[in-house]
Order: sequence, then C-alpha cells, then structure tokens
Amino acid sequence: MDQLITALYSIPLLGLVFQMAGYLIAIVPPISPIILRSATPIAFGALCGVMCERSGVVNIGIEGTMLASAFTGWVVGVALAPTLGTPATELFGLTPALVIALIAAIGVALAISALHAWLSISVRADQIISGTIINIAAFGVTGYLNSIIAKSSPTSAGAFSAFQPPTALTDLPVVGWLIGMFFAQGPISMSLIVFVIALQILLFRSRWGLRTRAVGEHPKAAETVGIDVILVRYRNVIAGGLFAGLAGASLAMEATNSFQAGMTAGRGFIALAAMIVGRWTPVGSLLAALLFSSFLAIGQALSFAPPSGQLGDVLSSLPSQLYDALPYIVTIIILAGVVGRTRPPAADGQPYEREAAT
Amino acid sequence: MRGITKRYPGVVANDHIDLTIKPGEIHALLGENGAGKSTLMNVLYGLARPDEGEILLDGTAVEIASPSDAIARGISMVHQHFMLVPVLTVAENILLGEETMANAVFLDRKEAHRRIVDLGRRFGFEIDPEAKVGSLSVGWQQRVEILKALYRDARILVLDEPTAVLTPQETEEIFAVLRRLAAEGRSIIFISHKLYEVLEIADRITVIRRGRVVGERLPGATDEGDLAELMVGREVELTVDRGTSHPADARLIVSDLHVRDDRGSEVVSGVGFEVRSGEILGIAGVAGNGQDELIQTLIGLRRPVSGTVTLGGQDVTGHLPRAMNEAGVGYVPADRHRWGLVLPFTIADNIVLTSYYRRPFARRFVRDEAAIEKDADRAIHDYDIRTPSATVRAATLSGGNQQKVVVAREFDRDLQLLILDQPTRGLDVGSIEFIHRQTIAKRDAGTAILLVSAELDEILELSDRIAVMYRGAFVAVRDGRTADKNEIGLLMATGGVDRPAEASTEASA
Repeated sequence: MDQLITALYSIPLLGLVFQMAGYLIAIVPPISPIILRSATPIAFGALCGVMCERSGVVNIGIEGTMLASAFTGWVVGVALAPTLGTPATELFGLTPALVIALIAAIGVALAISALHAWLSISVRADQIISGTIINIAAFGVTGYLNSIIAKSSPTSAGAFSAFQPPTALTDLPVVGWLIGMFFAQGPISMSLIVFVIALQILLFRSRWGLRTRAVGEHPKAAETVGIDVILVRYRNVIAGGLFAGLAGASLAMEATNSFQAGMTAGRGFIALAAMIVGRWTPVGSLLAALLFSSFLAIGQALSFAPPSGQLGDVLSSLPSQLYDALPYIVTIIILAGVVGRTRPPAADGQPYEREAAT
Repeated sequence: MRGITKRYPGVVANDHIDLTIKPGEIHALLGENGAGKSTLMNVLYGLARPDEGEILLDGTAVEIASPSDAIARGISMVHQHFMLVPVLTVAENILLGEETMANAVFLDRKEAHRRIVDLGRRFGFEIDPEAKVGSLSVGWQQRVEILKALYRDARILVLDEPTAVLTPQETEEIFAVLRRLAAEGRSIIFISHKLYEVLEIADRITVIRRGRVVGERLPGATDEGDLAELMVGREVELTVDRGTSHPADARLIVSDLHVRDDRGSEVVSGVGFEVRSGEILGIAGVAGNGQDELIQTLIGLRRPVSGTVTLGGQDVTGHLPRAMNEAGVGYVPADRHRWGLVLPFTIADNIVLTSYYRRPFARRFVRDEAAIEKDADRAIHDYDIRTPSATVRAATLSGGNQQKVVVAREFDRDLQLLILDQPTRGLDVGSIEFIHRQTIAKRDAGTAILLVSAELDEILELSDRIAVMYRGAFVAVRDGRTADKNEIGLLMATGGVDRPAEASTEASA
C-alpha cells in the first residue's frame, strides 16, 4: 500500500495531484468542525436571502444586518457579563447574559429587516439602494460606537462554547469526522442544520412555502386568488431577519468572543452568492456555503500545516495571499459558471402595486 | 350588477352599467377593446372598486372588496393573460390560495391530486397534476385556469377573452367544457370581441360601447353585421371594399434570396419576387416557414447569404435598418409589444421613434418638443387614436389604439414600400376595418405593399396577388381576386398540389 502511494506520488506533475488528494484526505477530518463553523454565518445569511427573495424582495443589506446584530450581541454580552455571566449549565457554556445578548442580536436584525421591508414594499424604494443604505449605516454606526466602547477597555463578553461529542463517536472510522463536524459545534452552528432542513421542507411542502413561491414568481396571480401579497412579503422579509441575526451572533458570540469593526468582512455578500449558487433553496445554499468554507479552511491549513515533499515545495513558492483569496476566487468562478443558468424568482426585486389601471 | 360606474383619470370606463346573469346561462359580453368589459369584470371580481353602483347576488346586495371576497361568494375569473405561475405545478397553481391541508402546516398533496384528476375527468380531460404549468400549451393552461375556478366550486365563472390565444381546435374543446359547466347550472360570463364565437357559444349577448350597455340580443335573433354595428356604433363593413388597384412599375425586386436563421440553417431558399407600386402582395403561409427571416432581411435586421434586394432601382441588399427606413420602407411588426412600441414611452415618443433625429423633431442635439407634440396631436387626430393626450404612456392604451400608434408612425410619410406583418392580430372589428382602409389608401397612393399574415381571410381580402410560402420558398403565386381559399390553405399546409402530380408522372415513366 505504502509502496503504491509512493509510486503514485513520484509520477511527474500527475503525482502532485495524488499528493494533493492524499493531503486533503489527511487534513479534512481534523478541520471539518472548522468548515461548518465558518460556513455558519454564510449559510444563515443565505437563508435570510432565500426568505426575502423567494417572496420577491432583494435584500443586499444582509451584510449590514449581520454586522449590526454581531455588534449588539457583543455589547449586550459585555454589559451583562459582570452580573449575569456565570454559567447556568455546563452545556455550550450557556450564561443568562449570552442568552439575552443573543435575543438582543436577533431583535436588532428583525428591526433592520422591518425597515428594509417597509422601504422596499410600502415605500417601493429601490431595493438595492435600501440594502446599500443599511450596509453603509451599519458599518458606520457600529464602527463609531465600537471605537468609543473600546476606549473603556471592556471585559470579555464570553462566548458560546462548542459541544464535545464523546470521543468514542468521533473516533469511529469513516463517519467519525462527520459526527465531529456536525456535533462539535456551538448552539448556533448546530441549529443551522435544523433550520436548513426545516426551511427546505416548509418551502416546498407547506402552505406558507407555496404562497411565498407564488408571490415571488407572479404576485398578480397570487393576488387574484385572494393572497395578500404585501403581507406575505412583509412577513418573509422580517422573518428573514432572524437568520441574519443568527449569522451575526455566530460571528461575535460563537466563532469569537469579541467584535471588530467590519468583522463580517463581506460574508453577507458571499451569502448572497451562496444563495444563487444554491438556486434559492435552503439545502443548496448550505452546500454552497460549505464549499466556500471548505476552501477557506483548506487555504488556512495549507499555510499553517503545509504538506511535505514536492507538493509542499511547489505550494510554498506561491504567495500566501493566494491562499486567503482562494475561497473568493472559487466563488467567482462558480458564480460565473452558474449565473445565467439558474433563474431567480421572476418577480424578484419588483415592487408590487395593487390596482393596475387596466 | 346595477348602475356600476368606474372612473379612471381622463375616462369613464363604466357608465351606469346594468347586467343580469341567470344561473346556467352562457352570457356573452361583447365590446371593442377599451369599451369597459374588463373593467366591469374587475369590479365584479374585486380587483377594482366601483365609484357607484351595487352588486346583487341572489337578490341581496354584496360588497366585493377583494378577489378573496369574490371567491368566497363563488365568483371566479379566468384572466385574458393567464394568472398562472409557470414554475409551479398544475396542482400547486390550483391549490394556491385555497389549499387543501393535511394539517395546520402542510399541504395534502394526495387528496388534492385526486380531486384535480377527478374534476378533469368530469369535464372530459386527463390532466397531470405534477406537470409544470410553464411546459403546457396555452390550451392546457386555459384548462388549468378553469380547473382552478372549479376547485373553488365557482358558481359564476368569468372568462376574459379566453379564445384570443387558442387555435380553432382548442377553442372548440374549451367550448365543449363551457357547455358542460353551464349544463351543471353554473353561470358563465364570456368576454369577447369575436362575433362568430359569441354567436356560437352564447345564450344571451350584452353589447358594451364606450362604457355603456348599448344593447342585448339573443343569438338566434341577430347576426354578425348587427352585432358589429352595435359594438362600433355605426355600420361596419366587415370586408373592406378594396376597389381597383393600378399597379405600375416594379418597386421592390427580390431575386434568388437565401437567408439563414439564428441557428444557421437556411430558412429562405432562393426566393424571388417583385412588388409593384400600387399593388398589395400577400404572403400566405403557416408561421415558421421563413416569413419572419424574409421580412427581417427586407427591413435590414438580417443579412442575406446571397441574392439581391432592389428598391426603386437601387440595390439595398444588406443595408441597415435606418438606411432602409430612410429609403422609404415602412414596417408594422407582428408583435407590437416587443417590436412595435416602447411601452413605457409616451405616444408622442413612440410616433417620433423613426424620425426623432431629423428636422423638424431635432435641432442639432436637442429635441424640439413643440414640433414632436404637434406632430403627435395631428397623428392622434388623423389616425383616431383614443387617448386623453399625447403624453400618455403607450402601455396604458388598449391593443387597438396601440396598433394605431404603430400605424400612424409607419404609414404617415412618403413610402416606397410598406411591410405589414399580421397588422390586425388580436384587434377588434373597428380597428381592423380602420387599418384595412388605411392600407388600401396607401396602395392607391402608389406604395408597394407586402402583407404577411397567417390569417388567410385577411390575405384574400386585401391582396392583388398571393404568394404561398412553404419551407422557405414560394410554392405558388395566385391572383388575389380569383384565388380559391381551399387551394391556398392546402398549399400552405402541404407545400403543393404539384407534388403528387410529379410523382405520378415519374411512376408512369
């Protein structure tokens, strides 16, 4: 066996491919929890996009919404940590402060989504501009407030900790790393899978899902069968805020225990790309987010634990920035290949007016 | 419906309309485009609020503020432009808004499918509830619309111009379904402006003109001429007197033209013909036999592979659209929405679309608004375009008036050649008559006219000569006044009666 591998690795050029495959097989299981963890904010952001766009409202303000809720979660956590910061239970390192902070983060996201809903549905403002305003305002306001708070050198807000599945399970051959991937997670990442599956089923099997899809495709047809298009859109856009809130909270309260200005770093936009690549379905969005985060994690692994031998020599000759750019490059390539072949909901981004003068 | 009045800015769409519908009858609502039929039905269906009047259902006044009110009271509507979501399945479209639920959250697909299939069978067709609506033909989409109404157990079914998009055969099939519905005691309101259809299907006919009821007839006691007169408000010649034509010099000469379509296959193969000034040449043919590409070549949208086009003695082969336009080629396209008009533009802007860059409409780089508006007002008057003003967006006009805007733009100048591609498709009798008259007038003024149409009646009525196009070639040319409709129809469908003859000579040899 070892001889065979050595032989394969030594083939010129093609050997590099085999070396890469061998490296990936070795590296992916240990980093698999990281892959899901870094996919969490992107996938949640994409769910927010699915909620909005399936009902016909474009929301590019997801980035800003995530940023605002990350900041809120952190600030509330910092404020409450001294009084309510003692863990109530071992599980997830749950403290009352964190739970309240999470609720606050979601609340802010719902409020911002309600603003976007009002601007794009009732005011019928340009939805791209409404989203852009949210992004710019969130970036500016959180950055400014953060710089003020940072002066008082706040104590840590704490963060949700990851669940530790029994090593007996994670050490299982073949499937052990998958168990690790899905269960060695904090509460927000773990809930992602539940939300994705539930939303997928609801979207295609429930009354809510049918009406949502109809409103996003052909609102006039929905109206003629007595569906309140405006109400459906409001409900979906605001409910979508829940997911943007969870996305933001996962950044400041689970992946880290701090806030930095602009810490979403474009994940809200990557989320929209994931939604498109995933054809506006929850499961597709999750898979696209995982693909992105896989390249992110592999890129990091390549620079922290580079492979040995010939492949390592080749890779270390490449600039390290290339590894950081890897997931973005992959996203651009996939988007370029996918866009045009996937089709957004037909009424996506079009405001609806009730009575047409015909 | 009693005393229904609905005003829109600038027009009274419905002016105290009374309408009574009995159970089990098919009641036709007849009127020109823009007469107010659709508005009246939108009021009944809760899509528009009347300014005055009331709706009585089984003797009691009801208020219908939204489609859900209408549906709850057993009123359903099949819109002219289908209200179906193409990416959803038949079942999903039917269920939408009136979902059959398995529990509080989820749909009961099995039960819904069973009911849909049963309903279809009851009215004589098999339907697949899992088919995507977008993949169905328009005839089947219409059935889905009707099923949608039946699924809600509609007692009153409104059909807004249901046959506009159907082939004659599909129309017959839908009529059979409607008769069954009426036999079950349901009332059907059938909106149309096709006279012969109304006479065929209706039990009673109400005619509306300019927002008012102008008459009620029983099909047995009326005829097309009578209905047309009621509808238009004056005596209508259903066939225009074409007079005598005086063809002169050959204006357009096309020789051995070969044209490829977008996919690169040759769709016009060696067509050669001439159109003389003061003559109408009709091109008959089933759609898709190369007519579109032939026309595109003549107006400069498509380059021929080989062959020449000569206009008034000048070689214009492969010239661009503006050059063709300036050479005096007018063109009325088949699809006015896609090719004839810029719908969000005003009437004035649409009229000036082919000459906006020239004097008197432009001075250097600036539009002369006054000249544009003056010209538009004159065109609106000359071509009888019904509109509050020239600054109204083209999208808000009825189909007939939209087509008049196109006609005003294309007819209203000195033309060498006029190309008409299905110029009266989907129009009401009044507009058809008007456009036919204008065409004859243009012919008498010495323009060479090329008329392409899938409506054989139109070709026979206007053409001096008729060419039949089949698979990219002219298979026959007949005299327009003596041509036999059946022969032309056969030529269109088969490409030639000559072929069996050829085959038999070969066999005998």
